[in-house]
Amino acid sequence: MSTQRGRIQISGFDTERVTEREPLSEWTSDTSGTTEGRWARAWRQFRHDRTAMIGLYVVTAMVLLTIFARPMEIAGVTVQPISLAPYDPENILYLQDPSVGRYDAPSLAPFHPMGTDASGRDMFSRVLVGGRASISIGFVVVFLTAGFGLVYGAVSGYYGGWVDEVMMRIVDTVFAFPALVLALVIIAILGGGYWQLVAAFVFPGWAGYARLIRGEILSVKENEYVTAAQALGARDRSVIFRHVVPNAIAPLIVQASLSIGTVVIGVAALGFLGLGFPPGTPEWGTMLDATRETIIQGPGGSIPWWATVFPGGAIFIFVMAMNMIGDGVNDALDAQSNVDVGQGGAN
Amino acid sequence: MGLRRFILKRVLLTIPILFGVSVVTFGLVHLTPGDPIDVLVSFNPDVGPAQEAQLRERYGYDLPIWEQYIRWIGNVLQGDFGPVITRAGVSVNDVIAARLPETIALGLFGWAFAIIIAIPTGIYAAVRKGELGDHVSRFAALSGISIPNFWLGLMLILFGALVFNIWPVLPPRESLLDPKTLWFLVMPGLTIGTASASTMMRIMRSSMAEEINKEYVTAARAKGLPERTVVLKHVLRNSLISVTTVAAFLTANIVAGSVVVEVVFSWPGLGREFVTAITSREINLILAITLFTGFALVLANLLADIVYAVLDPRIRYD
Repeated sequence: MSTQRGRIQISGFDTERVTEREPLSEWTSDTSGTTEGRWARAWRQFRHDRTAMIGLYVVTAMVLLTIFARPMEIAGVTVQPISLAPYDPENILYLQDPSVGRYDAPSLAPFHPMGTDASGRDMFSRVLVGGRASISIGFVVVFLTAGFGLVYGAVSGYYGGWVDEVMMRIVDTVFAFPALVLALVIIAILGGGYWQLVAAFVFPGWAGYARLIRGEILSVKENEYVTAAQALGARDRSVIFRHVVPNAIAPLIVQASLSIGTVVIGVAALGFLGLGFPPGTPEWGTMLDATRETIIQGPGGSIPWWATVFPGGAIFIFVMAMNMIGDGVNDALDAQSNVDVGQGGAN
Repeated sequence: MGLRRFILKRVLLTIPILFGVSVVTFGLVHLTPGDPIDVLVSFNPDVGPAQEAQLRERYGYDLPIWEQYIRWIGNVLQGDFGPVITRAGVSVNDVIAARLPETIALGLFGWAFAIIIAIPTGIYAAVRKGELGDHVSRFAALSGISIPNFWLGLMLILFGALVFNIWPVLPPRESLLDPKTLWFLVMPGLTIGTASASTMMRIMRSSMAEEINKEYVTAARAKGLPERTVVLKHVLRNSLISVTTVAAFLTANIVAGSVVVEVVFSWPGLGREFVTAITSREINLILAITLFTGFALVLANLLADIVYAVLDPRIRYD
């Protein structure tokens, strides 16, 4: 090794030989331009997660089945004409056809694969349609709560100080109640119904997201690119939503995907308690409410197991598939979140 | 910050939350259309408007809401939750005294079941990570968090009825301490504990799996300790810390679960009373039970934080 003043020359390194040799790998200066984005990488990993993909297929299938079960109308215009369900779920069949009775056992001819219920309605049609309310409420509630919690938590965490202190005490207060208990109180105020149920689960649901996002924001805020954006004169709103939030959002998505199932169970639980929809509504939880007395007494000595097994089984399969997706999203985004932050759901 | 100061600070922080809990409870419940007097009048059609106004004045329902709140919280602080309007001569205190022990018994049973199932399974799954037993227990835990508790309860009843011809639903009975009632606790306890057991098992497994790769474990193995000692003495202790962080959350699950499970099994507890109170708009009872759950969870959270600080001194310095 020969040393000149102020310079270090490394022996054994010949610049010309390196630039002219055969490339050691596929890498060239051109290929480096197309690095894979975070979301693309997450999606690729998710696609290779067999359990998660099964969950995704099951959820998609169930959503499509409930949509195409009966025709749908919006303001008098038919937007979905297909009807997979063989009967009208509200139709009491023995009024037209005396051969159909109450609690007929499942049979293929006549076509009642899940039997009939206490009022002689076709269970199969009711189970198909029954997911509409619970599933759509699940998605709507999670969308609203995650959105509100995101803004709330971002503002609280970004400003800090007494703003944060006050906002977080409010979160603590909401967190002091199990979600189901607050939902019950709100249903007591508003009564049952679709949007009432949405409100009942939005009210206690946002606090978990707010707390989660605030924690993320607190750590992201320390990064230098945030200081840089502030130094360049960016307004608070733009710093929060352009620079801070996108880097804090992964755990929120994990959480959201894991909570859909919890909300679906919660909605069904209120239906089961007889507080969600009017009796007789084709909704999974409400259908179970109607069977509760008969399962204990057993009409005429026999027990109509099908009236309990099928609607509840539908909830179980949907929620299980949803949780499989949630676990897959968690692994794919590599966010360490094993616990459902929304507490005291119905499961 | 010393442990004593940490606990003091944490206790002081719960006071505004308890205040908030009482305000939220009172505010929400008073948004319900109609007050207890309306309910009472609807039961007795011969009560005239003059008597109605008199009743309202007597119970203080004619005052502005903040004054009503102060009266209510004053009474609550003296341990008086007011009368049950629709049941003559019964006070909310009587109802709670009769129903709370039932719910506590059920909750404790559920907790015990969850711990007995979750801790050993979690350890097993973490040690045998990737093997068949791990896959089976993970699938079971995923099912456990996905199954609606009311349906699980119904299925247990159905199974008992169809296969064994037994009805696990409570007949009229004497007391909670009667050994016979213990038998009737099994199925509701199992139902209420399943979700918590599954959640706890998942947490146990992932925290054990994380701990087991740390350097102190390698050190313990390197000094020749048997694997059993390494896992049960070193790894387990540190993983249990992460379980305490979710203990309060799991308590919330059990409290919420008791509402549904008590209805399924006709268990005479506070949860079933709550549903009845909501359908019959029994305001004093709704207020008392909501406040109770709120207070119970705030205290559970406080306790969990303190236990956590005792177990893991690092978190006291924040």
